Amino acid sequence: MKYVALVYYQESIIDAMTEQEWHDLNQECVAGVERLSAQGNFLTGQPLQPVDTATTIRVRNEEVLITDGPFAETKEQLAGFYLLDARDLNEAIQLASRIPPARFGSIEVRPARELPPKD
Amino acid sequence: MANDPLALGQLYQQQSRRVLATLIRLLGDFALAEEAMQEAFTAALRQWPEEGTPDNPTAWLIRAGQRRGIDQIRRKQTARQYSHLLANDEGVAPEPDEQSIADDQLRLMFTCCHPGLSIDARVALTLREMCGLTTEQVASALLQKPATLAQRIVRAKKKIREAGIPYEIPGAKELPQRLPDVLRVVYLVFNEGYSRSDGDSVVDISLATEAIRLAEELGRLLPQGEIFGLLALMRLQHSRRHARQDTNGELVTLEDQDRTRWDQHDIHQGFEWLELALAASPTGPYTLQASIAAVHAQAPEAETTDWNRIARLYDALYRQQPSPVIALNRAVAVAMRDTPADGLRLLDTLINEKEILNYHLFHAARADLYRRAGDPKAAAAAYKRAIDLTSQGPEQRFLQRRLAELGLIT
Repeated sequence: MKYVALVYYQESIIDAMTEQEWHDLNQECVAGVERLSAQGNFLTGQPLQPVDTATTIRVRNEEVLITDGPFAETKEQLAGFYLLDARDLNEAIQLASRIPPARFGSIEVRPARELPPKD
Repeated sequence: MANDPLALGQLYQQQSRRVLATLIRLLGDFALAEEAMQEAFTAALRQWPEEGTPDNPTAWLIRAGQRRGIDQIRRKQTARQYSHLLANDEGVAPEPDEQSIADDQLRLMFTCCHPGLSIDARVALTLREMCGLTTEQVASALLQKPATLAQRIVRAKKKIREAGIPYEIPGAKELPQRLPDVLRVVYLVFNEGYSRSDGDSVVDISLATEAIRLAEELGRLLPQGEIFGLLALMRLQHSRRHARQDTNGELVTLEDQDRTRWDQHDIHQGFEWLELALAASPTGPYTLQASIAAVHAQAPEAETTDWNRIARLYDALYRQQPSPVIALNRAVAVAMRDTPADGLRLLDTLINEKEILNYHLFHAARADLYRRAGDPKAAAAAYKRAIDLTSQGPEQRFLQRRLAELGLIT
């Protein structure tokens, strides 16, 4: 099954890191992706720029509404995602628990859904 | 038994959960397995009186259920989804043996108690699937509306299917993480029964005894120290059920309970489980709590309680689970061992914990220690705070009585 692992953390924790700590964390993530790829569990994924670079788009009554940032102030922000191939939820949980930011943020694991065939 | 519908009813009670657990594995679907199991029992009711009872009724029921399940799949034309079952269609699974049936029950237990499900759903699903209660019975036992509960169960089953919660016993690496979730659910089921008085429910479900039965089954399938510890704890707590309330339904504290009313059979069983639990290291939190309950059970009257031992056990428990509630109980034990002032000093270290400040038992404990220390004014203030924070009738009346006994004009 395909699972998306959404990585959330408080950006303030990252901001408080030293250059070296941030570098080490990134290297740990690189190594993690390498391991997941070697095991055949990594389909794709991407870390994201901080949330203040985000733009939110809504379409209401055919009008495009654009706002700065995410629409609600939340404690933890989306920082990246992984698309994983796992046998079942237990394996997905086990893989997600080794994503480095799981230590100070949270990882949301959701099964992916297929769109229905074209009518 | 063939001609005796009562015997078949008994067989249903004893075997339906085992049959269901295996059918879930074979058919890979909760709802389908339940339907198939019902049909298998119906078939037995019809066929056994004519053809005689099979040698291995459980295996017969499983096979009959599996065949009906597969027929059902064909009829519903959902063959694509279940093609793996139809592939070896004539090859109905090999004769299920005792071990595979036992493993299937464990699988069902771990699936129902998966941490990916909400704790409410876990309790409801366990009662429904493992204990075989109907949705209406579960609803009445958990004081919920049947419609709400039915919805919760449907949602839980949907998540099991769609999120890919596996039907499996966790491997050796994950088991230590998962077992506490299962034990927690069993203990929640127990407490649900423990904190309610029987007698007014239409259906006769004693959740406390059901939880004990479930844990006994679990301990048989998976002999682990903490399961024995939980069994010891539940037996020892259960032994006090007749002494915890007076004839008016009012709460009686451990200190004031008539210990001759404690059930000696349960205490005996509790000690047996505790011995097994202590023989298996490491000693976990349920075993430690059971050890504390055992110290109380050993004291012929409240005055002879070995508070020194209880305080030491709380020290060990607190090291494992440094929660404010355990700190609170530990402080009370220290107060009993040393002086009320020592207990109060420990309680004072907790006042920065937000959740404990809104916990009525924290204030009730402070009130009690102030009372013992001879400070009725401080005791009264703490009793009032505790009364404000509790909404449970017997508890509230108990605290009111204690407040009145202080003899202060308030």
